[in-house]
Amino acid sequence: MKQLLAIFLAAILTENYILEKFLGICPFLGVSKNRKNAIGMSVAVTLVMVISTAVTWPIYYNILVPNGLDYLETIVFILVIAVLVQLIETTLKKYIPSLYNALGVYLPLITTNCAVLGVTMLVLDKHTANPASFGYGQALVNAFGAGIGFLVAMVMFSGVRERIEMNDVPKFWKGLPITLVAASLTAVSFLGFQGLVTGMLGY
Amino acid sequence: MNEITFAIVLVTGIGLLSGIILSLASVFMAVPKDEKEEKVRAMLPGANCGACGFSGCDGYAHALASGKAKPGLCTVGGAKVANDIAAYLGAETVKMVPHVSVVHCLGSNDNTVDRADYEGIETCAAAAQVAGSPTLCHYGCIGLGDCVKACAYDALSVRNGVAMVEPENCVACGKCVAACPKHLLSLVPVKKQAVVLCSSCEKGAAVMKVCKVGCIGCMRCEKTCKYDAIHVTDFLAHVDSEKCVGCGECVSVCPRHIIALKG
Repeated sequence: MKQLLAIFLAAILTENYILEKFLGICPFLGVSKNRKNAIGMSVAVTLVMVISTAVTWPIYYNILVPNGLDYLETIVFILVIAVLVQLIETTLKKYIPSLYNALGVYLPLITTNCAVLGVTMLVLDKHTANPASFGYGQALVNAFGAGIGFLVAMVMFSGVRERIEMNDVPKFWKGLPITLVAASLTAVSFLGFQGLVTGMLGY
Repeated sequence: MNEITFAIVLVTGIGLLSGIILSLASVFMAVPKDEKEEKVRAMLPGANCGACGFSGCDGYAHALASGKAKPGLCTVGGAKVANDIAAYLGAETVKMVPHVSVVHCLGSNDNTVDRADYEGIETCAAAAQVAGSPTLCHYGCIGLGDCVKACAYDALSVRNGVAMVEPENCVACGKCVAACPKHLLSLVPVKKQAVVLCSSCEKGAAVMKVCKVGCIGCMRCEKTCKYDAIHVTDFLAHVDSEKCVGCGECVSVCPRHIIALKG
């Protein structure tokens, strides 16, 4: 239990996929203009991350590895993620139209989100590094934590951007330049969490 | 079976399986679409110009089908489309007066000159930012064609430094009206009526200096009009198209020849 908590916290704080690994930067900059959209996008990403990890892990270890085809992971994972996103979209449209409308265009956008692909592929590395203690369950917790980490980064940064909008930014800094500087400072601030989880929980 | 063949078969198999799953999902979890909305959408012209005030034809069709909007907002489709939709939805028929876009300026290169050579970004919006505008008349057409770029129907062109409307092509979507930084364009009803082809609110003497064909606010048209349809405010004549009968009296008395008879 303690180990799962450590994995979860680590995925949010010390291994944040946006601010530490710099994956999924395009929705981070594109959809963080207001908080509502940022939350919608993050919820969709979390959902897709967990479900794709749940599906790609068995495919990798039961189909690809036994046949010596582990070099196909990228193409197979992209295929599976794209199908899952499409399937989730169809299901939501039918059964939870309100959530479908709220997520809107963000759901299809996740298809090509590298944070999702990154999560599914990096949990495999973690398993390789530590096969005994990092299994399927840990991978799922890691994926969920990564999604929540995405949410934390998006919500934090949408707040920063809302403040930027209200300020009198010099013309040559307006738009993307000031946003990128703010993003880098936010990323630097996350460096402060280094060692926190290991020190606190001993993992 | 060698390794490459197996890899190809595997990826193809996964792709095929995914395809089958997705097609089954789309069959079993299909959401019934609003039939009414589809029919209405098919009747709309599909220009997606936004003149109705909705986000494209789909948005307007949705609003029409759910009763949130009335037929007749589509200027591109005009009266025919409006009445077709009204008949289909069981709403009252609407009377639509067709409109056409008019450029209220005659400041061609023969009639007025530029104050300076403008060498910036080639749009009227940018040129208008530079000390008013590069034209001598602050109200006049800049002639860089923002309206031409906005028009999806090839109804506008810049000739000899001033924009012109091709009435046959104009569908009155209003894009050019919004695009002109000098607010020189407006939509006027298609009927026989007088139109003032100047937008200058300068006093007469100032207009005389900068343009051969500007309105000097002499009030002759106002005094001549028997129908109380033309008025001079801010040294510029304005036609009330509801009152104007198109008699042409004002056209003949205008000393600057800037009132034209349309229709």
